[in-house]
Amino acid sequence: MNRLQIFWFRFRRNRAATVGVVVLFAIILMAMFGPLIYAIDPFEMVGRPFTLPLDRFPLGTDVAGRDILAGLVHGARVSLLIGVLSSLTATIIGVTFGAIAGYYGGRIDDLLMRTTEFFLCIPSFVLAVVLVAIFQPDVVTITIAIAVVSWPSVARLARGEFIAHRDREYVQGCRAIGMPDWEIIVLQILPNALPPIIVVSSLMVATAILTESGLSFLGLSDPNLVSWGYMIGVARTVLRTAWWMAAIPGVMILVTVLAINLVGEGLNDALNPKLRK
Amino acid sequence: MKKSTVTFIIRRLLQVIPVVIAIASLNFLLLHMTPGDAADIIAGQMGHATVEFTQQLRQEFGLDKPLYEQFFIYLGKLLTFDLGMSHLQQTPVIDLIVGRLPATLILMVSAIVISVAVGIALGIGAARRQGTLADSLISVLALVVYATPAFWLGLMLIVLFSIVFDILPSGGMTQIGAGFTGLDYILDVAWHLVLPATTLGLFYVAIYTRLMRASMLEVYSLDFIVTARAKGLSEGKIAWTHTMRNALLPVVTLAGVQIGHLLGGSILVETVFSWPGLGRLVFDALLQRDLNLLLGILFISSVVVVVANLLVDLLYSVLDPRIVHK
Repeated sequence: MNRLQIFWFRFRRNRAATVGVVVLFAIILMAMFGPLIYAIDPFEMVGRPFTLPLDRFPLGTDVAGRDILAGLVHGARVSLLIGVLSSLTATIIGVTFGAIAGYYGGRIDDLLMRTTEFFLCIPSFVLAVVLVAIFQPDVVTITIAIAVVSWPSVARLARGEFIAHRDREYVQGCRAIGMPDWEIIVLQILPNALPPIIVVSSLMVATAILTESGLSFLGLSDPNLVSWGYMIGVARTVLRTAWWMAAIPGVMILVTVLAINLVGEGLNDALNPKLRK
Repeated sequence: MKKSTVTFIIRRLLQVIPVVIAIASLNFLLLHMTPGDAADIIAGQMGHATVEFTQQLRQEFGLDKPLYEQFFIYLGKLLTFDLGMSHLQQTPVIDLIVGRLPATLILMVSAIVISVAVGIALGIGAARRQGTLADSLISVLALVVYATPAFWLGLMLIVLFSIVFDILPSGGMTQIGAGFTGLDYILDVAWHLVLPATTLGLFYVAIYTRLMRASMLEVYSLDFIVTARAKGLSEGKIAWTHTMRNALLPVVTLAGVQIGHLLGGSILVETVFSWPGLGRLVFDALLQRDLNLLLGILFISSVVVVVANLLVDLLYSVLDPRIVHK
């Protein structure tokens, strides 16, 4: 068996994770092709407001007569895009911090880790709110704001991995043949340190999606894009008369986040088999 | 108290100073990234400001001084808790925050109590029935709750308990116009607290249940538990007195770490339930684009987290003497 097959074999042993992959794959397909197949503008008033689901539109219309299914389909793009991009950004920042701190140790380590701990002290959601409010909400600022509040946990993890690896024989061998530090860090240690980092970043996508939904619920979303949190925020005012309007997008968030969490745990089982209890 | 404990406490107290200065620096930085300064805003509100007048305002506020000088002035003001004025409510920011802080703290403390108590109980229950249907059910529930956005959960609880069954209030902190005093007032607040505190706490119930379960199972596999079993102690006694005490440590540690996260969650939950705390203030500040107020809230909430972590650490050094010698 090659490495990929071994990985898949281990991953599949976790049934819940396999279900998670299938669900997540369906949501990704929906985000990619949904807006093409169900080509209705989510901001356009297509019918009377408050149409019940399964009446004229599959999931009914919202307070402004906008198609809820169109909103869900377009919202999937925003949620996944922001979730993945912000986790990726946070991982890059975190790994950079953690790698340098762990590899060099000493003063640099102290300085970088104090910075990391400082960011852990600040209530992350409050900071994200302030950042997005200052720089005006759009996909880029929201992604950056979520990344800024998410990287510290990756930094800590990466640092630990680099400390564990920096004095191993293969690293000493690299040093002995005069390999530059950056090459040792990026090409030698990083591939070995990656498995636990991949697990944490994949789980971070789920947290990022929750954070994004919270921000857009408060009205901090890109005004040109529909997102699930925004839909809940709009529906909140009519909770007494039309509870399903808030319920539907929430279920989408729940299912997506749950699927990502299951996949993340499956990755953990497959990539770090030794840690498995 | 031992000498090592005293030095630990002093060292820990001193560590707070650079953190608070760093928070202040971040706030100052963000303040300067906001488009337009206080002079622009005030001049804008007056509607007929000339360039000279705006410049004069800048001089008055010290905004024409070099940045580092402004920073020290800013730090000096923070020492006296002067966070500036809320541009739109025309009230000192600190007064607004202090007025709202108690409600948030009540909500947070209730959520912590609920989540730790329920999480520990469920975690122990699941660990003692490892592999049974009850264990699986608890684990699945924890996974689902862990994936649920708290603000949405709050809305759904309102639908269920306030709209469908009509047994719990859907928002606010007290019944409007009831004018309760004394015990009645406390009961009224508690009644209004049930839904928001449950909403905020449930996410952590999920975390602590999973953590407590894993932690219990780990302790169960240790030698001293085998010894206890060999001595013929009952399973109940082993679970409660031997295993739980040791399994609790990671839960308490995590609860301390998560105070900041909890504060973020309370912003959303307060918005859902119109709870008159910091979260509502954030929401109002966002609506009115009151950035000075937002930054004030960021500063004070960060300080609250730092102080809370300090208290947890100090409590810990008393509970678990090993920490001091790390």
